Amino acid sequence: MKTTPSASSLMSRENLYFLVLAALLLLVFPVLLDAFRLNLVGKYLTYAFVAVGLVLCWGKGGILSLGQGVFFGLGGYCMAMFLKLEASSPEATASQSTPGIPDFMDWNQVTELPWFWQPFHSFSFTLIAVVMVPVILAFIIGVAMFKRRVGGVYFAIITQAIAAILTILIIGQQGFTGGANGITDLRTLMGWDIRSNEAKTVLYFVTSGLLLACVLLARHVLGSKLGRILVAMRDQEDRVRFSGYDVASFKVFVFCLAAALSGIGGALFTLQVGFMSPSFVGIVPSIEMVIFCAVGGRHSLLGAVYGALLVNAAKTGFSESFPELWLYAMGALFIAVVLAFPNGIAGLYQRYLMPLEKKMLGGLGKAANTRPTAAARRMEETP
Amino acid sequence: MTRAKVTAPGLKRRLGWAGLLAWATLGLPGISAADDVNSTGLAVTEDTVKVGILHSITGTMAISETGSVQAEKLAIEQINAQGGVLGRKIEYIQEDGASDWPTFAEKARKLLVNDKVATVFGCWTSASRKAVLPVFEQYNGMLYYPTFYEGLEQSPNVIYTGQEATQQILASIDWVVKEKGAKTFYLLGSDYIWPRTSNKIARKHIEKKGLKVVGEEYYPLGHTQFNSVINKIKLRKPDVIFASVVGGSNVAFYKQLKAAGIDLTKEKPLLLTISVTEDEILGIGGENVEGAYASMKYFQSLDNPNNEAFVKAFKERWGDDIVIGDVTQAAYLGPWLWKAAVEKAGSFDVDKIREVFPGIELKTAPEGYVRIHENHHLWSKARIGQAQKDGQYKVVYETEDLMEPDPFPEGYK
Amino acid sequence: MFADYSMPELMSIFAMQGFAGLSLFSIFVLMALGLAIIFGQMGVINMAHGEFMILGAYTTYLTAGLFENVMPGLYGIYFFVAMFLAFIASALLGMLVEWLMIRHLYHRPLDTLLATWGLSLILQQAYRSIFGAREVGVSLPDWMMGSIAVTDLVEIPINGLIVMVLTLVIATLVYLLMFRSGWGRQVRAVVQNRPMAEAVGIDTGKVDRITFALGCGIAGVAGAAFTMIGSTGPTSGQLYIVDTFLVVVFGGAQSLLGTIASAFTISQAQSTMEFFLSGSMAKVLTLLVVVGILMLRPQGLFALKVRR
Repeated sequence: MKTTPSASSLMSRENLYFLVLAALLLLVFPVLLDAFRLNLVGKYLTYAFVAVGLVLCWGKGGILSLGQGVFFGLGGYCMAMFLKLEASSPEATASQSTPGIPDFMDWNQVTELPWFWQPFHSFSFTLIAVVMVPVILAFIIGVAMFKRRVGGVYFAIITQAIAAILTILIIGQQGFTGGANGITDLRTLMGWDIRSNEAKTVLYFVTSGLLLACVLLARHVLGSKLGRILVAMRDQEDRVRFSGYDVASFKVFVFCLAAALSGIGGALFTLQVGFMSPSFVGIVPSIEMVIFCAVGGRHSLLGAVYGALLVNAAKTGFSESFPELWLYAMGALFIAVVLAFPNGIAGLYQRYLMPLEKKMLGGLGKAANTRPTAAARRMEETP
Repeated sequence: MTRAKVTAPGLKRRLGWAGLLAWATLGLPGISAADDVNSTGLAVTEDTVKVGILHSITGTMAISETGSVQAEKLAIEQINAQGGVLGRKIEYIQEDGASDWPTFAEKARKLLVNDKVATVFGCWTSASRKAVLPVFEQYNGMLYYPTFYEGLEQSPNVIYTGQEATQQILASIDWVVKEKGAKTFYLLGSDYIWPRTSNKIARKHIEKKGLKVVGEEYYPLGHTQFNSVINKIKLRKPDVIFASVVGGSNVAFYKQLKAAGIDLTKEKPLLLTISVTEDEILGIGGENVEGAYASMKYFQSLDNPNNEAFVKAFKERWGDDIVIGDVTQAAYLGPWLWKAAVEKAGSFDVDKIREVFPGIELKTAPEGYVRIHENHHLWSKARIGQAQKDGQYKVVYETEDLMEPDPFPEGYK
Repeated sequence: MFADYSMPELMSIFAMQGFAGLSLFSIFVLMALGLAIIFGQMGVINMAHGEFMILGAYTTYLTAGLFENVMPGLYGIYFFVAMFLAFIASALLGMLVEWLMIRHLYHRPLDTLLATWGLSLILQQAYRSIFGAREVGVSLPDWMMGSIAVTDLVEIPINGLIVMVLTLVIATLVYLLMFRSGWGRQVRAVVQNRPMAEAVGIDTGKVDRITFALGCGIAGVAGAAFTMIGSTGPTSGQLYIVDTFLVVVFGGAQSLLGTIASAFTISQAQSTMEFFLSGSMAKVLTLLVVVGILMLRPQGLFALKVRR
């Protein structure tokens, strides 16, 4: 589903796919699934934000970050801090030695709300922080590394180390962060009980809506000149540089964008699950998120959404019936995706289903017939 | 704090119950005679009752949680062999938390909402319990939680069958001070909430006695290099190393301690641990911890008829070379306590069971007599054992009376 | 903080702490050497490196059991046999993995990362199914435990010494193999210019396979050595992976000597900081400094002059 904006028929095809996804998320799932399953899907969709971000920076930009969990976690923690402060009103925490601060601080003999918690009393600040905190960190990392032309493998390993550092730091600073347990027992958002089934359903629709909006935004970015430079950069970085483009700045931008998407996903995750803990910041979740993206198809925005949904649904299903087999299945999936289907579900769809579809429909213009396959072929050639 | 909420879900439930009664009197189908023991739509039939087991089978925590699963299954099988609960056989639905906290919450919701289990036995780490807690409170389920933990919690929807921190720490520090003349302590733990809270309680208790803590240190989970801290210990020469290192780090810590020439059997310094059960010794190797003291409520070597029968049954069911640690025994208590409570309440309804909890007792527990406190923790004895080369503990001390659980000790309220 | 101690006490503590740093150093070198070959020389990001180490550790565990039951008389020397077997086991598995998986991915280094991560999941579950989820304890012959008392305060752990000697031996062997043997020349030729190497008649496929197997084999030996100080469980391997990669990258991936130098720097920094700070903070600071330096000097400390 590569964006080639010149072909108008292809655009309409892309719009069609987008509408199918929208219908699936906004109509089919809510009608077919009970509240419990719908909430699960809502949780999976928050990972899809990260996967969409990865399509931008990894699939299109060639920057593999193994630290997306960091941004997901930061967004989640920002939201969790706001919710925790709301849950820790002086009345609700009257039995503590210092009322009005989160319970875990009280247990750790922290007697005053630390300065960096203060602004999270404000909801509008929190909303900004959910996006900006990950973006600022991504900007610092990105500028430091891309300006020095660090890329590929080195970038992956360094982002992984950052994930490790942040996890140890959060766990170690228990009095300020809630430690290994994380920030738990979040109840209300501006007085609205987020634990009820109705709230979870509303949150599901909010998540779906935001995700669809983010996909549109990402599509817009890719459809612009920037998107084409990105792909050009991935394939022939030096040529782009010699053409006079500031390669590093483009990379920093797309990395920040991916971080922002992850942060939004993290915040929605906190809202739906009702807690945030350091186990979403570390290395394992970061790599898992890469695999969601790879399974869906690293070049396809919509594929990433399907990838996140399918892998997580499989994880839940498998571990319900055969917990022992789950790791084998997951491991095999990683290997199979890399060895046999490097373009994931989207690639399979383009290669096998699309020709079939065309045969059946037949009437679509010639342009539509040739372009996607050419695009697909091009994708297979470029790693 | 959760205490203030005890009545709120109960009230809501009762309204629902009234509604159900009204429905039943209208004579609609689908209401069986199970009603008088189950008015909240739990998965209870004429001859079966469903319960949930929720532990990690996969992931890093599987190592620790295996024993608890085995104990819970054994208890359920034994109860069934005796005729079940209120004449109903227990059927368990086992779910895998996969060492991942949201998965725990997700599976807890599945067990309570989809499977409508009457109760759940499960969780191991504090983080997993914290994650499922809102779910149990929302759907008014009941969780039996087996691990010794840091306290600072008391939910109307959890029965804590392990010790909270003070039950493990206070008596053991009193003992080393009184019997071994300890004056200086070095506190060492893995870096997460339980060791940190435990050490705070320990420090407070030590300093109240006018004694000294000469060092306090934490290492990340899974850390395997303890040479630096061992050097510090050698330098500061504490009388007691108070250790709450967990998991794989344990193995490294004790092996390196021994390699550095600190022979625990000489008790100079003496090592007192609250984290090494017989389970952990399997991995560490008996020769490496020989001489260390552990403060627990249960040791496999406890000499009483209940425990003999329990150890025998456990080995018959799960194999001869298995060892039973403190948490495994606490997990074994879960189903039995639930059975006692259900029979006293005459119903599987969570609210009715909650009302009868205070004072529910178990005379046949392997650890001896236990009783449920108003605060949902257990009254139980504190014991100190000394590790032997064969990986078992020799019990050297037990408190005369049951220790009162105190999840919110002074200074934490 | 030094005021409370006498001069001889301080001296001995510095000696001990220096030794602690050295033993951490040898552990880092053991962990990183195999990866330096696989990642640094071949460009394969082997996320399953930790699992290859654990395979070595389990091999040691099995060998210990075998000697204990079948030939208790030879128990004192079982460890050396175990190390050899650990090398063979990990190298064979490495060879198989290379043949099945890695050889298709040489031109896609980031994809080797994903595929080997998948492999690590499979291996972890396999260990769990075979050896059980609990950690196993590997017992050591008595002469390998304990310590040599140099003075009253300074005691040198014997197993630390053994690890050091072992590291020295393996590092020397790798050096000789890579830089002084015909096979090593072939490896370097393939690494530097694959088509050219093929053109002069080197069987690059075979060289790749053996190089990969060698790297895995060394990981196996490292795993065997780790049973002396650490734990052996299905997921123990994951603990080492970040540290190991950082050591290799920090040293400058292509340089074996750089790997050793970086292991020295990081281990000394960490053990010094551990003495002044709490363990967790020391770890965070070490990682931060390493990452910070890598951001300023991405080619690592001792990189060859190549612009990537």
